[in-house]
Amino acid sequence: MDIKLKIWRQSGPKQAGFYEDHRVVADPHMSFLEMLDVLNEQLLEAGKDAVAFDHDCREGICGACSMVINGNPHGPRAGTTACQLHMREYHDGDEIVIEPWRAAAFPIIKDLVVDRSAFDRIQHAGGYVSVGTGSAPDANTIPIGKRESDEAFDYAACIGCGACVAACPNASAMLFVSSKVAHLSLLPQGKVERKVRVRKMVAAMDAEGFGGCTNHGECSAACPKSISVDAIALLNREYMFAGLARD
Amino acid sequence: MKLDAKIPSGPVQDKWDKARFELKLVNPANKRHHKVIIVGSGLAGASAAATLAELGYDVECFCFQDSPRRAHSIAAQGGINAAKNYQNDGDSVYRLFYDTVKGGDYRSREANVYRLAQVSVNIIDQCVAQGVPFAREYGGVLANRSFGGAQVSRTFYARGQTGQQLLLGAYSALNRQIAHGKVKMHPRTEMLDLVVVDGHARGIITRDLITGEIRPWAADAVLLATGGYGNVFYLSTNAKNCNVTATYRAYKRGAGFANPCFTQIHPTCIPVSGDYQSKLTLMSESLRNDGRVWVPRNKADLNKAPKDIPPEDRYYYLEERYPSFGNLVPRDVASRAAKKVCDDGFGVSKTGEAVYLDFATAIERDGKPAIEDRYGNLFEMYERISGENPYKTPMRIYPAVHYTMGGLWVDYNLMSNVPGLHVLGEANFSDHGANRLGASALMQGLADGYFVIPYTLGNYIATEYTGEVSTKHPAFARAEAEVRERQRKLLEIGSKSGSSRKSVDYFHRKLGKIMWEYCGMARNAAGLQKALTQIPELREQFWKQAYVPGGADELNPWLEKAGRVADFLEFSELMCHDALYRDESCGGHFREEHQTEEGEAVRRDDEFAHGAIWEYAGVGTPPTLHKEPLEFENVKLTTRSYK
Repeated sequence: MDIKLKIWRQSGPKQAGFYEDHRVVADPHMSFLEMLDVLNEQLLEAGKDAVAFDHDCREGICGACSMVINGNPHGPRAGTTACQLHMREYHDGDEIVIEPWRAAAFPIIKDLVVDRSAFDRIQHAGGYVSVGTGSAPDANTIPIGKRESDEAFDYAACIGCGACVAACPNASAMLFVSSKVAHLSLLPQGKVERKVRVRKMVAAMDAEGFGGCTNHGECSAACPKSISVDAIALLNREYMFAGLARD
Repeated sequence: MKLDAKIPSGPVQDKWDKARFELKLVNPANKRHHKVIIVGSGLAGASAAATLAELGYDVECFCFQDSPRRAHSIAAQGGINAAKNYQNDGDSVYRLFYDTVKGGDYRSREANVYRLAQVSVNIIDQCVAQGVPFAREYGGVLANRSFGGAQVSRTFYARGQTGQQLLLGAYSALNRQIAHGKVKMHPRTEMLDLVVVDGHARGIITRDLITGEIRPWAADAVLLATGGYGNVFYLSTNAKNCNVTATYRAYKRGAGFANPCFTQIHPTCIPVSGDYQSKLTLMSESLRNDGRVWVPRNKADLNKAPKDIPPEDRYYYLEERYPSFGNLVPRDVASRAAKKVCDDGFGVSKTGEAVYLDFATAIERDGKPAIEDRYGNLFEMYERISGENPYKTPMRIYPAVHYTMGGLWVDYNLMSNVPGLHVLGEANFSDHGANRLGASALMQGLADGYFVIPYTLGNYIATEYTGEVSTKHPAFARAEAEVRERQRKLLEIGSKSGSSRKSVDYFHRKLGKIMWEYCGMARNAAGLQKALTQIPELREQFWKQAYVPGGADELNPWLEKAGRVADFLEFSELMCHDALYRDESCGGHFREEHQTEEGEAVRRDDEFAHGAIWEYAGVGTPPTLHKEPLEFENVKLTTRSYK
C-alpha cells in the first residue's frame, strides 16, 4: 500500500517547525512505528536526517510513544497506543498527518519527541506511600476487597504517555493526576496520606502550566488504557475534602 | 582475574543470616558522605536507589529513558514468585530454592538462589505496602496462580501487567527520595564507559541524550542495573533500546562476563510477519494452561485452513512427546520442540516458522466467557497485532528471544571482580543458571535492589573504600577522551561511505540473523565457528558503511543506536566463544552434539558444572576463560524429565 505522510519536523525546542511530505510503501501487517522505521531507513540511505520519535517497548506498556495521528493521540483505534496500531487500519493512497503532543507543559525537543518530565515532577510531589524498605507488615495483614482492589488497578493502569494532555483542548493533566491520586486513595495503604498527597500533586500540576479541566472527556477517549473520567470526579472529591480538613 | 565467590560457610539456610551479621556496617552519619552511582532504573535499579537513599547514601541514578518509569521491567506480564505458601499447598523457601536450581538446569549458585527464595516473601510485603494492586480473592486476601516449572501456586500477579505495577511501586519509592533530595535522577542520560581508578570502580562517563554533553561522574561505588542483552539477536521481546553497552564497557574495563551464551527463548510469541519486523511480542506463558499446540501431520494440509484439518491429521507434538507435562513443559523444551517441527517443514505460516496454539477444546469445554475472563486482554492484543481472531481460529506462535541468564560475574555480595562495581538484576549472572523459570525475573530484580545490596554495599564501603576520588583524576579524562573519539568515528563513517552507506539497523538485522541461526535455539560447533568468521566481517563493514546522520551535540537517536550496535558487534563474538566452549546441552543452551536419541538435552556435569567467566583480551582476540566451580551441597543433580 502506498501511503502519503505529512510529518512535523522541528530541529530543536526554539526552532520553527514545519510539515514535510513523504511517501512510503507499507505492508498491512506492519505496525505504525515499523512504517516509520521504513521511512527512516529510506531517509538514512539517502543520506538525510531521519525523523526522531520516542518509542521503546513497542507493546503498549512503557508509554514512550507519543504522536498525534490525523488529529488523534495514538491514532484511530480506541485503547491502543501508536506502537500497537497496525497499517491494516489504513488504505492504499491514504494521507496520514503525524504531529507531536502539543502542550505548553510538554515542550518539543525534536521532531515528534517532547519533554514529559512535568509528569515525573508531579509524582515527586506526592505520588507515593511513605513506607521505607523493610517496614512493611505481612502482605495479607490488611484485607482489601476485590472490588476496591480492581478499581485501584484500573487507575494504576495509566502508562504516563501524556495522550490525555495532548487530546485536551486545554492541555489539562487532570486525567493523569487523578489516576495517580485515585489509585492510591482507594487502597488502605494510600489512605493515610491522601489529603496531603492530593493537595501537593494538584499544586505541582498547576505549577507545571497544564490547563484546567472543563469536562470535555477527550482525555478518556484518547487514553490507550481507557481510563475513565470518573477518576477526575474522584480527584475533585478528594481535593475538596482535603480542603475542608483540619490536618 | 581473581574470582572469590565469598559464599558464607555453614548450612545453606544459615548463610544469609551469617553474612548479614558478618558484613560490616557504615555509621549512619557517614553514609551521606558516600556517593553511589546507579545505572538503570528498572526494578533492580529503582529499588536499590530508593533503598540506599533511605539508608542515607548520596545516590545519583541514571537512565536513558525519558522517565525511570519506562525501564523495560515495565513490560513483564505474568507475575512474581514468592514462597509465601498462602495457598497452603506445600510451598516453602526450600521448595522455591529447589525448583529454581533445578529449573536452571543446575548451573546457578546454590547460596544465591537460597537467599533469593528467602527474601522473596519480604518483596511481596513491601510491594503491597507501596500500593501495588495485586490480584485478590473476594475475601480480600492475595490471589496466586501457577506457573511453569512448579507444582505449587506461588505466583503473585496484577492482571497481565505485573511488571508495570511493581515498577510503579519502586518508582514511587524512588520519587519519594528524589523529593527528599537524596536521589538525583538523570533521565535521558546514557552510560558510555566505566572509570576504574587504582583497580576500583570509581565512576562513569555519560552522554546527555538531549544536549549531547559528555561528562564524567565520580563516586564511591558503581551499581549497574542495566538489564539483559537479548537485543543482540535484533528481534527479541526486549524493548527496542535495551542494550549491552553498560555491561560490555565494564567487561572491557576488566569485569568478568559469566555464561554469556545462556539466553532464554520464550515459546509463545507472535511470529515474524515480514522483513520490516522491528520486535517480537510475547504472549503470556499462562496461555499454555488451556491452549493446545499442534501442526498438521501431513505437508499436503499446510495450505488448508486449520478448521478443515480433521483431528486425526493434527500432530499435537507436545502432548505426544511429553504425555505427563503435555503443553506445560518448561520454556526451553517447548521452544525446541516448535523449532524441530518447523525445521522438518511443518510450520504453519508463509515464513514456515509458526505453530498453532489452539483454544477450541478449551472453549468447547469451559465456554467462551470463561476463556475470555482468563485471557481476554491477551486475545485482544493478539488480534490487534495479527489481525486474526483467536476465538475463531488458532493463534500462530513461535519462540523468540526473551531473557538473558548470563551477565557480569558477581560474588555473593553482588560485587564483580572489579572492587566497587556491583551488578544487579538481569545484568548479573548468578541466580537463574541456564534457564530462568517464569515469574522469577521480577523476584530477582527486587530482591537484589531492596534486600541484598543495601546490606552488602555497606560492607564494601566499610572495608575496601580507598578514599575520595574526584573527576580530576586522569583516569576520567582518559575514559572521556576514548568515548569522544569513538563517537567521532561513528559520526565520520557516514561522510566517507558515500553511496555505499547503510543504516545502522541494516547491520543490526544482519547480526541478528547470524546469531539466531548459529547461536539461537540450537547450536553446534560448525555453526558457531561460522558465526565467529562472519561477525568480524560484518563488524568491519559496519565501520565502513554505517550511516549516522546529525551531530554529536543534539538529540541524535541514530548515534545512540550506532554506539549500541557497535558494542553488540563485539559482544556477539563473546557469546559465540562461550557457546562453543560449553560443549554440553543445558537449559536454554542446546548443543546439537549433546542430545539423546529422542532429541532431549544432555548435560555433562563432570566437565561443565561451573560458571564460565570470560576476561577481555582485545577486540577480535579470543577472551580468556576462568571458571567458578559450582558446588551442590543440597540439590541432587538429576536429568530433568518431563515425559
